Amino acid sequence: MDIANRSGSSPSTEAEIINVSRRHFIQGVGGLALGLYLGPVLAAAAKHGAASFEPNAFVRIAPDGTVTVIAKHVEVGQGTYTGLATLVAEELDADWSRVRVEGAPADASRYKNLFYGAQVTGGSTAMANSFEQMRKAGATARAMLVSAAARQWKVSPDSLTVSNGVVHHAASGRQAGFGQLAAAAARLPVPSEVKLKDPKDFILIGKLNVPRKDSTDKTDGRALFTQDVKLPGMLVAIVAHPPRFGATVKSVDASKAQEIPGVVAVVPYAGTAHTFGGVAVLAKNTWVAKKGRDALDVQWDDSQSFKLGSDEILAQYRQMASRPGQVARQAGDVDAAFAKPARLIEADYAFPYLAHAAMEPMNCLVRLEDGRCEIWNGEQAQTIDQFALAKQLGLAPEKISITQLYAGGSFGRRASTFSDYLSEAVAVAQAAAKQGVNAPIKLVWTREEDTRGGYYRPLFFHRARLSLDPAGKLVGWHQHLVGQSILTGTPLEQFGVKDGIDSVSVEGAGEPYDIPNRRIELSTPLASGVPVLWFRSVGHTHTAFATETLIDEAAVAAGKDPVEFRRPLLAKHPRHWGVLQLAAEKAGWGTKLAPGAAGERRGRGIAVHESFNSYVAQVAEVTVKPDGSFKVDRVVCAVDCGLAINPDVIKAQMEGGIGFGLAAALHGAITLKDGVVEQSNFHDYQVLRINEMPAVEVHIVPSAEKPTGVGEPGVPPIAPAVANAVFAATGHRIRTLPFGEQLKS
Amino acid sequence: MAKKYQRHRWWTPGALLAVVCTLPLFAQTAAGAASDKLFEPIRSVLQSPRCQNCHIPGDSPLQFDIGKIHAQNVKRGPDGKGMPGMMCSICHQTQNASPSMGEHAPPGAPHWQLPPANLKLVFIGLSPHELCVGLRDPERNGGKSLQDLVQHFGEDQLVAWGWNPGAKRTLPPLTKEQTVATVKAWVAAGAPCPGE
Amino acid sequence: MVKFTINGKAHSFDGDLAMPLLWYLRDELAMTGTKYGCGMALCGACTVHLDGQSVRSCVTPVSAADGKKITTIEGVDAERIGRAVQAAWRKLQVVQCGYCQSGQIMTATALLAANKNPSDADIDAAMSGNICRCATYVRIRAAIHEAARSLA
Repeated sequence: MDIANRSGSSPSTEAEIINVSRRHFIQGVGGLALGLYLGPVLAAAAKHGAASFEPNAFVRIAPDGTVTVIAKHVEVGQGTYTGLATLVAEELDADWSRVRVEGAPADASRYKNLFYGAQVTGGSTAMANSFEQMRKAGATARAMLVSAAARQWKVSPDSLTVSNGVVHHAASGRQAGFGQLAAAAARLPVPSEVKLKDPKDFILIGKLNVPRKDSTDKTDGRALFTQDVKLPGMLVAIVAHPPRFGATVKSVDASKAQEIPGVVAVVPYAGTAHTFGGVAVLAKNTWVAKKGRDALDVQWDDSQSFKLGSDEILAQYRQMASRPGQVARQAGDVDAAFAKPARLIEADYAFPYLAHAAMEPMNCLVRLEDGRCEIWNGEQAQTIDQFALAKQLGLAPEKISITQLYAGGSFGRRASTFSDYLSEAVAVAQAAAKQGVNAPIKLVWTREEDTRGGYYRPLFFHRARLSLDPAGKLVGWHQHLVGQSILTGTPLEQFGVKDGIDSVSVEGAGEPYDIPNRRIELSTPLASGVPVLWFRSVGHTHTAFATETLIDEAAVAAGKDPVEFRRPLLAKHPRHWGVLQLAAEKAGWGTKLAPGAAGERRGRGIAVHESFNSYVAQVAEVTVKPDGSFKVDRVVCAVDCGLAINPDVIKAQMEGGIGFGLAAALHGAITLKDGVVEQSNFHDYQVLRINEMPAVEVHIVPSAEKPTGVGEPGVPPIAPAVANAVFAATGHRIRTLPFGEQLKS
Repeated sequence: MAKKYQRHRWWTPGALLAVVCTLPLFAQTAAGAASDKLFEPIRSVLQSPRCQNCHIPGDSPLQFDIGKIHAQNVKRGPDGKGMPGMMCSICHQTQNASPSMGEHAPPGAPHWQLPPANLKLVFIGLSPHELCVGLRDPERNGGKSLQDLVQHFGEDQLVAWGWNPGAKRTLPPLTKEQTVATVKAWVAAGAPCPGE
Repeated sequence: MVKFTINGKAHSFDGDLAMPLLWYLRDELAMTGTKYGCGMALCGACTVHLDGQSVRSCVTPVSAADGKKITTIEGVDAERIGRAVQAAWRKLQVVQCGYCQSGQIMTATALLAANKNPSDADIDAAMSGNICRCATYVRIRAAIHEAARSLA
């Protein structure tokens, strides 16, 4: 089948980029290579055999028997390509070693997330929304291959079996591979109903020996990221951004930049309320473009820019917390519960802005041509981006094609509610075209633009108080959260904001504990110049910390063990209790920790949290050194994500989620001073390095429940588990993140 | 000669206390005052961030003027050139990174390294007397005679980097020429240490 | 004009010799397995070998490679250690987003060339210059041990 037809909205052959064997190509280039031009390679790759079998939008079987699964979700590292392929291959009874995956084009009619109605990867839903859809896609293909064999051999389809990509007829001993049957199967009608396997018959789902589909390409340098794509005639754009959000270009002296050999053009471009305007330097070579950018002398107009610092923002939030907010959730009589508390716990929490800091800084390749816009990107939100770019360009959304590439991390950043960096790439290309430069343009942010580019996890302040009765029972919970809304004002506002309450601002706060009197309040600062966005596990990044450290404080105040203290509060939440118990048991909760070296203090802490319908508990063990530095030695994690599709990927996501959460807890902070972001690169925006990574042990709760996500749920419990462990070791409560050097004072 | 050095000069609170308690007695004498004056400029250079950040008692070098522990878990290694797989030369070239690579790109000089593990030549946290005695002691300074020291200050390329650290890094309080002249004067006076 | 070999093949270059090796490899030779992450030797994604020693190619000018042997991720499998490291990475399913892994593998290969049987502390000391935002560190440690075992 012709790819141009298959990809629909993508009128050229780009969807096949990942078909290209880079190794083969690089070998072909020889000694004095001049560049990886995908154009000619794509033309060659476009020639699919006419006998390919493509029963639906998700499966293609080539005459050589290769099964290609078309993944509607991006692979940002969390195993979606492998998971989606597992679902298809399971029902297809394919040979796993002959299954490959390619990213789907942007086309919500075929590739939408069934939970969202748009083509979006997010909310840890990739497996959950696809579980039946992908299995049906595989089962349909299988049924047609079986029919084709039955017709050829003139036997009943019921007499045939399929295993490892081969259809067998036991009675006659005949067999045929998928490839041999593909052409015949392609001529058959697509069945409307197919039967799915009984889970007890699964051979791939839930098994350990199902390796990732991207392992090989990501260990020999072949995997293609946006950063790696080069089109014929392409120019790289390195940009100068204003130091403050909301500033615009007043004037630019480009004379020095233009003197640099290789600089093709200097292009000022306008931003919007949500995207940077700036000055782009275009060159064929990234280094030349960067030198050109560094040589620019830009004057910025700061009249409309945001000029507050983090300290002032936090001070404002504190004030807001002292006035009543909007009630997000309420039960019982909170005021009565605090009238005469036997014990009162009061705590203020501060959480800074956080940058996602994916290893691949934001980038986007755009080609504007003949009333079309072609985008190459690894990204999470194709439908949002199609609509945003269509509006920007005055085109119909289907004129925006997006070729999905691997993304070098994202953590939410590549699901931009305002399509910010894509929109900026288009703005640069539009401005360049006005100067007569009509080339494909790859916008590349340096690490500095990426760190200072906004779309941060919002800064939050929480004020909480807990009331315990004389028996030590938790009877009152009052928590007031203050922070910017991620969804308000975005195209997604209608999905998550109700009566002014952004659901993701308060998700997880105080949950799920059974407390008779509870009020969760929210204050949302209206205008702020700092763009905010979801950050792996979104609201749970801060709500889980406050909730799980508060519960720990309450347990201590009640003189009870933190696990036992939770038991009655979780009586109606068996899955929370299940992971909590499992983690506690595997970690040896209640046993004595081995002592550290002389002067060292050790402690163990626990936290449990549900996010994205998955339940995770973690026990952290820490050692605090005499100088106040500390190390997280070991984390024991229990996860209940329903039926485990790929247990090894689930383990990897818990390990990675713990490391990602630890990075934020220990070091993560974007701070502003006079509106200028103070951090710029990994020396001052520190992330986790291997020497800070604890040993991690993951236990998966066996379950037959529907599969739920694992990309995010590993993150929320780690920071509170560590904070609780630090308290156990030192008696010191950490309520301001990151931990930084607080224990040293 | 990198003779194995047995007398460890680890900085400890006890050692510092001892020095603090005994120094004033020496400082009373006229000779002591003169040697103080001779060595103090040298001390001010050696204990400036550009020099002392790598002359450390532990195994983790320091960064920036505030003396923050070097990111990336950098360790001295047996020969002072880093650990297997993480040699200093992974990031530090034989010259400073070009300014176009960014303000915080790694500085560089020929044979960028720390003192070796068996000859740490600690500068940081020492009293002037301790610092001085260590500096002139061939057993602790890598077998250098006083004349070798003069030459070292004047000619060593890594030492010279201290006055050409690149980017916006602060410089030692004296110029290189002033420092060499001061060392020469100190050596000419018999390299007395504060209090002597 | 500088001359060197890359993965065994002779190359010469007479352009901007101050250009970091990273951009020479990526933009001039289309060898894009070596990645840009920070541009300042802070993240290790750009790690390559010069005469067998790791360097961060983002701060190594092309001139510094004159007369040397450059090995990149695309050629690391030519040597036994590199092959063993890649095999261990695949066996233990280390990768997630994968962007940093070229650099991780290059550093791990250099570590094992210098230390055949590294401890966890040796691994942490060698690998702390390579950031992985997906935090695949648990598996990186395990894979280096696995590669060391397979080479023993």
